[in-house]
Amino acid sequence: MSEGPNLFASRAGIEARFPGQFRTDWQSRGLAIGAVLAMAALFVAGLVQLEIPFSRLIPGTAQLGDFIWTMLPPDPGSWEKTLIYLKAMGETLSISLLGTFGGALLAFPMALLAARNVVANRIVHFLARRWLDTVRGVDTLIWALIWVSVVGLGPFAGILALMCSDFGSFGKLFSEAIETADKRPVEGVLSTGGDHVHGVRFGLLPQVVPVLASQVLYYFESNTRSATIIGIVGAGGIGAQLSEQIRVLEWQKVAFIILLILVTVALIDWLSSRLRFAIIGKAAASH
Amino acid sequence: MSVAVPHLPQAQLQPLMRAYADAVAAKRRRFVLGTVLFAVAIGLSAWMGEVALDKFTHNFWRFFAYFANTIPKISLETFWADIAEWFWGLKRWLRLLGDTILIAYVGTLTGAIFGFCLCFLASANLVKSRAIVFTARRTLEFCRTVPEIVFALIFVLAYGLGPLPGVLALTIHTTGALGKLFAEVVENIDPKPVEGVAASGGNWFERIRFAVLPQVLSNFVSYGLLRFEINVRGAAVMGFVGAGGIGQDLIEAVRKFYYTDVSAILVLVIITVMIIDWFTERVRHRLIGMEARS
Repeated sequence: MSEGPNLFASRAGIEARFPGQFRTDWQSRGLAIGAVLAMAALFVAGLVQLEIPFSRLIPGTAQLGDFIWTMLPPDPGSWEKTLIYLKAMGETLSISLLGTFGGALLAFPMALLAARNVVANRIVHFLARRWLDTVRGVDTLIWALIWVSVVGLGPFAGILALMCSDFGSFGKLFSEAIETADKRPVEGVLSTGGDHVHGVRFGLLPQVVPVLASQVLYYFESNTRSATIIGIVGAGGIGAQLSEQIRVLEWQKVAFIILLILVTVALIDWLSSRLRFAIIGKAAASH
Repeated sequence: MSVAVPHLPQAQLQPLMRAYADAVAAKRRRFVLGTVLFAVAIGLSAWMGEVALDKFTHNFWRFFAYFANTIPKISLETFWADIAEWFWGLKRWLRLLGDTILIAYVGTLTGAIFGFCLCFLASANLVKSRAIVFTARRTLEFCRTVPEIVFALIFVLAYGLGPLPGVLALTIHTTGALGKLFAEVVENIDPKPVEGVAASGGNWFERIRFAVLPQVLSNFVSYGLLRFEINVRGAAVMGFVGAGGIGQDLIEAVRKFYYTDVSAILVLVIITVMIIDWFTERVRHRLIGMEARS
């Protein structure tokens, strides 16, 4: 073994031993360079097509800096204003809670219809899926606009809007959770003489309910963020106050409201992640 | 054949039974407490959210009436002419939809580049300084917690109406969202290649280029595509606050009760979103497949 060390002593030796590692793979390199160039070209084309005014960038940024400077320190103005903002934040939380749970309640039967292992009928399954896809394709803000023209301005329209958009997302998530459930408990129930409904009730649901509950809580968390903005189109909550204060350039109040949103979202995140761990932990313990 | 089931003596059995009953009662108490708390929260929310069921039942038909109004009059004899009338603004709408997709693309790409730069600083396994990691993470958190439309509202005032504030708002939100996901990917890499490059004398950038990047790139691209999908939906409503794209025409149609325009634009948006979803899903599946093979 006097040859071994020599082979690794020089670069030429290593190259002789591992030619494959030193050959340039022009094909894959060309592909990578081509992809990057195509992306850059589309980027430039986008800037041109959108007519981005680069001359606005510097004065705009200066103005933005000015806004941020006047935001400090965040200040709600007066006690009455603070109370109004807190009430609006409460409205936002209400919209988020009722919208999420309402959406979940509506989506649950739909998800059973859209799950292949509950309803074997292919047409029902297909129609339920496409229906959920369509509902999901419409943004929460658009639903809010529609509901505002049905029940008028205010948080109730926001609740109904969140319900609609969550109905689509939950329907998809729930049906996927139901389809991935273990089928052995259902077979067990059927083998002891239960019918199909018993199989779903006692074999399927106990498996999926903790999963669904944790998904609902997760959505409650993310809906708190969406519920802060639907006020922009008049559907209640803190968003109405926020967009109004931005329009009248009350930057200190804007900063206060944004801070309020950040703190509330952080609190809800913390609360719901603790609850979720409690639910999933319990489910794991009962297995 | 009888089987003798062993019975514990009463003295031993009673404490066991009591413990079991206690455990069941505790579980039941927790359940009841949770239900009561939940019911109180729902009641409180219903009061705060001004839920008016009578108004709802009174006006519920309007929801269907609204959609009925948006259905255009199409008869079989003049089918194509009716369709053409329904989509009378097709040329303009398609251009605006193209703008919307481009806003999403430019915003996603710029945000992905910023997120890419920040994610390595936010990964505790690559940066020793805790202060840098903490600052990078809090910055990313701020960027993704403030909703993009709020940024858009502020930017419209600073930069004027048009696609620029929309692009900037999407950029900031994407930086926050992708930076966090990227950092999580980087924190889960195999540390051995990094050690190998470090052992052969590579500096921090060489370690990232030759040890980290090959491990994470396909995941990064997959997350970036997913974000693009989300941003197309986001860009579609940017126009609500004057930040470019199809949203402007949509909110105008809704506000002025041009019912058939609303349905025409919504149909176009839904179809576009579905096509993009389908396209990015295929690319992502191919990427994941490539990863599994290598």
